[in-house]
Amino acid sequence: MSDPMPISCDEALRLLAAYLDDELHAGAQEGVERHLEVCRSCFSRAEFERRLKGEIHRLGREEIPPSFEQRVRALLGSFTTDPQT
Amino acid sequence: MAETADDRAWFERSVLSVLPELLGTARRLAKHREDAEDLAAEAISRAWLHRDSLRERDRFAGWILRILTNLFLSRRRAEGARPEETDLEDEAEFSLFERLHQPFLLWWSSPEQEFLDRLLREDLVRAIDALPERFRIVVVLADVQGLAYAEIAGSLGVPIGTVRSRLARGRALLQQALWEQACDAGLRHHRSEGRPEHA
Repeated sequence: MSDPMPISCDEALRLLAAYLDDELHAGAQEGVERHLEVCRSCFSRAEFERRLKGEIHRLGREEIPPSFEQRVRALLGSFTTDPQT
Repeated sequence: MAETADDRAWFERSVLSVLPELLGTARRLAKHREDAEDLAAEAISRAWLHRDSLRERDRFAGWILRILTNLFLSRRRAEGARPEETDLEDEAEFSLFERLHQPFLLWWSSPEQEFLDRLLREDLVRAIDALPERFRIVVVLADVQGLAYAEIAGSLGVPIGTVRSRLARGRALLQQALWEQACDAGLRHHRSEGRPEHA
């Protein structure tokens, strides 16, 4: 299989978000990967964006307040007593 | 389908195991604690009512998060919420990484690593909560929930190109807010203490 065409820094940065979101087709994905292997500046940028994305992803978990857990347990209990509603 | 004690036990176990994600996603969408708790509770009720539609039980987490998201979106539509009509659809340009590489910060050997090491959860929450709703929803669906662009487009009823542009703009606004918060907190005056190791 032939190597993909090298891409410029501008092109790599233009594709970076979709690359990190896993939204590029295979050829473009590989092109960005190859560029990041040889370009320290773009690699640093990609790592920064990847880590920030990870930090945002962690906001999707919230500590459960005891009052809410009680509410959910009561709700689940009500299903148990009448499973058709 | 006849309900069994095992089915009910499975449902309860599944809900409790996914509760931190359910409430976290609800908080990012609805912002306020009471609204988020109401949203999560209603999603649980709906999931119970429609449990027969879940064919693969190991997909429970994604399934109930989808129910929660759709519930939030349909409520917003019912409330007649209209996205803020501003000129913010333009492609994003702000880059936090580039700001962190300005000359005045170069005495940090790796300013972007330093920045992320100092970043607090509440800083991120404040920045996301402050986003205009149409950008906040797309950022939450893509970066908090990890949905694909096509799934987001389907949920919102917009073209994929709109998802891409809103996501780019939302992320740029988020980074701009983080930058401004850091400047307000005295970023320029901080000294690095115990520089982290990095690859």
